[in-house]
Amino acid sequence: MLGLNNKDTKLLIVVAVLTLLAPFILNPFPAGSAMAQFNAGYPDLMQRFVIFGIFAIGFNILFGLTGYLSFGHAAFLGIGSYAAVWIFKLFTYNVVPAIALAVIMAGLFSVIIGYVSLRRSGIYFSILTLAFAQMSFALAYSVLSNPKFNLTNGETGLQVYADDLQMFHREGLPDLPHLFGLSMRSTYNLDIGAWSFSFNAGYYLCAVVLMLVFYLSIRIFRSPFGLMLRAIKSNQTRMSYTGLNPRPHTLAAFVISGMYAGLAGGLMAAMDPLAGAERMQWTASGEVVLMTILGGTGTLIGPVLGAGFIKYFENIFSKINDSILHEWFAFLPDGLENFMVFIVHPFVGKGWHLTLGILFMLVVIFLPGGLVEGGQRIGKWIKNRGKAKDSGATTEPAE
Amino acid sequence: MGILEVKDVGKRFGGLQALGDVNLSVKENSVHAIIGPNGAGKSTLLNCLVGKLIPDTGSVMFDGQSVLGRSPHEINQMGISRVFQTPEIFGDLSVMENMMIPCFAKRDGSFRMRAIENTMREKDVVEKAEAMLVDMNMADKRHMNAASMSRGDKRRLEIGMCLAQEPRLLLLDEPTAGMARADTNNTIDLLKQISDERDITIAIIEHDMHVVFSLAQRITVLAQGTPLVEDDPENIKGHPKVREAYLGETAA
Repeated sequence: MLGLNNKDTKLLIVVAVLTLLAPFILNPFPAGSAMAQFNAGYPDLMQRFVIFGIFAIGFNILFGLTGYLSFGHAAFLGIGSYAAVWIFKLFTYNVVPAIALAVIMAGLFSVIIGYVSLRRSGIYFSILTLAFAQMSFALAYSVLSNPKFNLTNGETGLQVYADDLQMFHREGLPDLPHLFGLSMRSTYNLDIGAWSFSFNAGYYLCAVVLMLVFYLSIRIFRSPFGLMLRAIKSNQTRMSYTGLNPRPHTLAAFVISGMYAGLAGGLMAAMDPLAGAERMQWTASGEVVLMTILGGTGTLIGPVLGAGFIKYFENIFSKINDSILHEWFAFLPDGLENFMVFIVHPFVGKGWHLTLGILFMLVVIFLPGGLVEGGQRIGKWIKNRGKAKDSGATTEPAE
Repeated sequence: MGILEVKDVGKRFGGLQALGDVNLSVKENSVHAIIGPNGAGKSTLLNCLVGKLIPDTGSVMFDGQSVLGRSPHEINQMGISRVFQTPEIFGDLSVMENMMIPCFAKRDGSFRMRAIENTMREKDVVEKAEAMLVDMNMADKRHMNAASMSRGDKRRLEIGMCLAQEPRLLLLDEPTAGMARADTNNTIDLLKQISDERDITIAIIEHDMHVVFSLAQRITVLAQGTPLVEDDPENIKGHPKVREAYLGETAA
């Protein structure tokens, strides 16, 4: 279907079902129950899952296929956000031109940064991209926010003010980012018994975009171009001596992944019309590296899983505080209760990074292929267990 | 006039004159061997031919065109393919994918953006790669990971990948180095077969005299960066200068 083989089609359908039904899947616990805090099905977080999923899918096209580890991809995310907010400020709150310009601007910048950085490979490439990203951050944070020429609004972040031009803004259109009149914030709440599910317009826009770009990434992975990128990762010497020029291949991959990042940045601004320099900081670039490795470098679905995983931790684990812990361990005798809270405390709340770090180490050491490899191993184990039983049953009578 | 004409090529690394005034002419559709003791400049010469090094002086003409100043992929697209001393293949990819890459390079040139097409539906490339695998006697290994094959098989695959590009000149850098006798003989047979069946010129750098004398129609002996003799194999064997270069002056 759609030019994909059976396995890829199945994967695409699974992703489509998961994203479309996410409001149900992520809200398994009834509102108001003790477990409700583990629900992740609120619009803001779901949007973040999907947007960072797009970011990571794009990053994986560069890192997963060519092996070039960019430490500056957050720069493109930030550029996308700024471009989108400028469209909101100058022209219209419609998200289509905003997202389009976000992708184009990120593409332009990635041509320049990629052209320079790709003159080196390995660690030098990583350092060059990191340097470019930090320069972009410094530009956005201070240089380009002077009163004479205020492009980024510095520390405060770029946002839309009431006296902004907004040339094509008409009466009757929502005063927030919208898709031809449909506000990105409009949410339909469905209450079934104790459960509550929210269907948010912004989320579904992001979900549709995710499906499109995921489909595109499958096509790239299975294309001759994708094969060439894997060849670059495997052996650049053989590549050159086979008459293939590695440079334009890597640059194309870099620009494509930069445009994915710009798209993610544009969507981020479309969900919440402001852009800050901190989006470009190196920690943000590092985060997408973590997502990709945690999920499974070079796999199709891995980066999306990794992005979801990290964002879930960031938003859910970080909310567990001491009073919640006391509730959980209330069944224990007082002294033991306090002791347990004392033990668990560093790993939750503000300490969620600690838990994530330990998980990341475990994955890298025991599952180099990331969560995807974990899933494959479990799948194999279940299959083999079934087989072992079968063969056991057939051999026993013979004995 | 040969297909490859090397004229007065010199290359200096700091204080070391690696090559000095090398002249070499390789006749079309022949097998030409370049031999010489360690440090004679054989590999340096080869690197000058494929664009890895640029000689300080002289000229290298392939089929009437200069190769100097061109990058390796451009020289390859002109029709020169190179086999390395340790097989250079795409270890992370399957054998079939390894074979498809040179087929794409031959068809599409050094860069063509084909990001939406499905690799396995490029009929002409798939068929050509499959035919090449059959030729190389490794059709049964097509789904294997290339890195997991034996050294002999890797060498075979590498030669096959070079042939898939239909080069006019095939350069081999000690193709049997570190191989077991049986693998060496297989490689000799394969190269003989290639030279007999195809419209191809082969230039081979080799230490192993057994390989050289079973394949070469013409031999150039290099010593200390300069060619000593260029002659037919039967005349090389007893040549005093060659003995001197290999065994040292006192022995001669």
